[in-house]
Amino acid sequence: MSAVAHAHGHGDHGVPPSTSADGPAPKRIIVAYGFWIFLLSDIIMFSALFATYAVLATATNGGPTGRQLFDYRNVAIETGALLASSFTCGMMALAVEAESRLWTYLGAAVTFALGAIFLALELHEFASMIAEGATPQRSAFLSAFFTLVGCHGLHVSIGLLWLVVMMVQIWAKGFRATILRRLACFSLFWHALDIIWVAVFTIVYLMGGR
Amino acid sequence: MLGKLTWDAIPFNEPIDLGASLGMIIAVAFVLGLVTVKGWWPYLWREWLTSVDHKRIGVMYCVLALVMLLRGFADALLMRSQQAMAAGGAPGYLPPEHYDQIFSAHGTIMIFFMAMPFMIGLMNFALPLQLGVRDVAFPTLNSVSLWLTASGVLLTNISLVIGEFARTGWLAYPPLSELRYSPGVGVDYYLWSLQISGVGTLLSGINLVTTILKMRAPGMSYTRMPVFCWTALASNLLIVAAFPILTATFAMLLLDRYLGFHFFTTDGGGNPMMYINLIWAWGHPEVYILILPAFGVFSEVISTFSGKPLFGYRSMVAATMAICVLSFVVWLHHFFTMGAGADVNGFFGVMTMIIAVPTGVKVYNWLFTMYGGRVRFTAPIYWSLGFMVTFVLGGMTGVLLAVPPADFVLHNSLFLIAHFHNVIIGGVLFGAMAGYTYWFPKAFGFTLHEGWGKASFWCWFVGFYVAFMPLYWLGLMGMTRRMQHYDNMAWQPFLWVAAGGAVLILAGIACTVIQLAVSIRDRAANLDRTGDPWNGRTLEWSTASPPPSWNFALLPQVEGEDAYWYMKRRAREEQANQAAEPEYEAIEMPVNSATGFITAFFAVITGFALIWHIWWMAGLGLLGAFATMLVLAWRDHDEMEIPVEEVARMDRAHRGEIAR
Amino acid sequence: MEANLHDRAPGDEAAPGSRRHQIISGLQAYVIGLVLAVLLTATSFWAASTNLLWAPGIPIGLAVLAVAQMGIHLVFFLHITTGPDNTNNVLALAFGVLIVALVVAGSLWIMANLNANMMPSPELMNMQMQH
Repeated sequence: MSAVAHAHGHGDHGVPPSTSADGPAPKRIIVAYGFWIFLLSDIIMFSALFATYAVLATATNGGPTGRQLFDYRNVAIETGALLASSFTCGMMALAVEAESRLWTYLGAAVTFALGAIFLALELHEFASMIAEGATPQRSAFLSAFFTLVGCHGLHVSIGLLWLVVMMVQIWAKGFRATILRRLACFSLFWHALDIIWVAVFTIVYLMGGR
Repeated sequence: MLGKLTWDAIPFNEPIDLGASLGMIIAVAFVLGLVTVKGWWPYLWREWLTSVDHKRIGVMYCVLALVMLLRGFADALLMRSQQAMAAGGAPGYLPPEHYDQIFSAHGTIMIFFMAMPFMIGLMNFALPLQLGVRDVAFPTLNSVSLWLTASGVLLTNISLVIGEFARTGWLAYPPLSELRYSPGVGVDYYLWSLQISGVGTLLSGINLVTTILKMRAPGMSYTRMPVFCWTALASNLLIVAAFPILTATFAMLLLDRYLGFHFFTTDGGGNPMMYINLIWAWGHPEVYILILPAFGVFSEVISTFSGKPLFGYRSMVAATMAICVLSFVVWLHHFFTMGAGADVNGFFGVMTMIIAVPTGVKVYNWLFTMYGGRVRFTAPIYWSLGFMVTFVLGGMTGVLLAVPPADFVLHNSLFLIAHFHNVIIGGVLFGAMAGYTYWFPKAFGFTLHEGWGKASFWCWFVGFYVAFMPLYWLGLMGMTRRMQHYDNMAWQPFLWVAAGGAVLILAGIACTVIQLAVSIRDRAANLDRTGDPWNGRTLEWSTASPPPSWNFALLPQVEGEDAYWYMKRRAREEQANQAAEPEYEAIEMPVNSATGFITAFFAVITGFALIWHIWWMAGLGLLGAFATMLVLAWRDHDEMEIPVEEVARMDRAHRGEIAR
Repeated sequence: MEANLHDRAPGDEAAPGSRRHQIISGLQAYVIGLVLAVLLTATSFWAASTNLLWAPGIPIGLAVLAVAQMGIHLVFFLHITTGPDNTNNVLALAFGVLIVALVVAGSLWIMANLNANMMPSPELMNMQMQH
């Protein structure tokens, strides 16, 4: 709903109204705030997975431990790639603000590439662990590891798919208000994923591998 | 091709199950046939199934809840009759494998598909009206939430006909719910139904939190919001905080069952106790999610029918938000007996007792609201008075159970069953009935029959005590929950009394159904012409009954608590009600969308396919859901304009009715 | 995006003024954030693998570094500030953090307590280890 009829006339001061003083907030704020609340719920879901990982981290059932399995160079490259992609996502957001299609597509492409590198490295890590017999069915620790890290990877995959859809939408429809709102949500999502990765690499890899 | 699905899934050789399945199929076929023969499909599709109007969605949630009340209550009657019979060596008529499914289905349906939809429905209907805005923050998403909940309902009901339901109780504890001990599809039906409807509920929570925090009428600061809006805020914040835990926990159990993971198994290093810990970290906030909107309803009803503003507005708000936060530090009281030490048990026991304090504050505020007021004894007030007595009693038995040594004796006995039914029926159900009766005229334009409403209340009230007081005594005598038969003959008389109470409650439900039929028949004589049948205090009563889809021609300017009461008083003082007509403008409203309905269709397909291991079908279902989302994302027109002439016409008619 | 005295969407940049000015200040924020985040990440990786630090303190150090880096992300990439226009966003975040802390800390405390109390005796343990 965009048009809000007021009982008294409103001067055109160009400042969007705030909540409670002048009625409902503008749609841009409503959408971003709603997505913010969704992100918080997603973080709480991850915290349940983190808690489970922490409880089951020592339940290796005679199988391999984290220290034996983790490849720290791989994790460092993954971390660098995801962090860089957060930066390029920010660049993309600036390009969107400037309404430049070229720079937006470029920013999106680099962000996508870096995210894809992250995923490829992670899938490679999973595959090699499974090849050595360190499957999620081997022990509770491994179940928890694959689920926590895999859930993050699944979110990254969904993010990449979303990014592609958004770029197609920009190509098809331009910088419309609805698309700008969705791009703002994408940015929030992508940065939040990097925040969660900070927790993952710290708790799972760095603390777990000591 | 069809995974694990074979003809054996249909209960041809279980007469009771077969009979129930046939009954359900006939009932559904009858309704669908009636709609087809009468040619109602275009109307239903256009006005209800694809509606994104919060009022329509709220009504549909409540309809879903009332239908599921019948389904869950049928399970209750089966249990009461079985337990009344099966004393000594008598086997009763329900074999254990069947009985176990019945008590599991009863709990699952009543909590997830009756109580939750009822509360969410009432909040959906009333919140935007009380806040003085046109709809919730995300109307299309609201429709998706409704239909995802309906998907969960459908899947659970399909389990009656094709396959079986879980036999693990309503929370499906491992190791029993793991593949080794529950190899059938029952637990999978349970898990996928709840995962799907859980997504709907979470989206609803996000929607309503955003609405309350970012969309209010001009001038409605936080301290001018009706108390129902505060309790709705607290409840939806809890939904946003707690449901992700449920999603994660069920996902882990699903991974154990489908892919052989070892989260909660007894081998491989798994820890079943972690499931119980997490599920109750969700489970305790869940019961507050249910009760807080009911508290809000009672605040509205009591202040309206006492003709007084609610006593202690600020302490009510503080108590509500305190309950919201405290509900996250008590969850261990559901498993005191699981082996924690005295320090852990003691901490959670004390916190559980503390959380009773803000509720006590609320009860005193309600009492002081009525004191000194001119109380009109309508059906909603009956429900409220019944609630205060019953809920306080139930709360006290809860505080008793909060003492860990006492809980060691009473955990999982019928005392516990009696306690939680005491608070859920006395609190949530009575609140739902009060809200239903209170807001019915607003939704449909005519009032419900008072006599049948009061009859329903008395049957429920007396029936509840007759059904559950014996259970407290049985619990103290040592009877455990979920028993399909028992040896101690001394228990049987109590179970007969309890069965009698269930029959009384059945009469109460019948009265509600009759009330609805009679009210519809007599609606012309009971029209709510002014939109304000109760001399209400909050903004929803300033609209016509039913309100136009846009709620308010012009968003109201709010200047105090009890906004509508303030407006009425000022209008009387200034005789200004019929003065200058406001400047009407055209209004943009969101268009209807089939997204919710179609998403739900694919959700049911995906869920059913995953349950029966039909992988290609599950893939198709997911693709379909994704495609539906793309179609939604691609639409060019998401709003339509209501012409100014129509806005003016409806508003003038309403103002004319008020003037008469 | 115009400045708003009372309300800001999460993720919105705060700088008022011309579009060019906003983009430059936005770029600054992202660059500073990236540099700080890289520093913190490198420090974390170093701390986890070095012998120069007192071992029992390292997990806490890593936690502090992680929280700091999350803060960098929130401030420089998500533009969360403590201004009055950001109150709702900060409150929502605080609520989320509170719940996460309660769930994680509560679960760890409870499960450690349960595991300690319910651990089977050595004979039973041996039997369990057989498979």
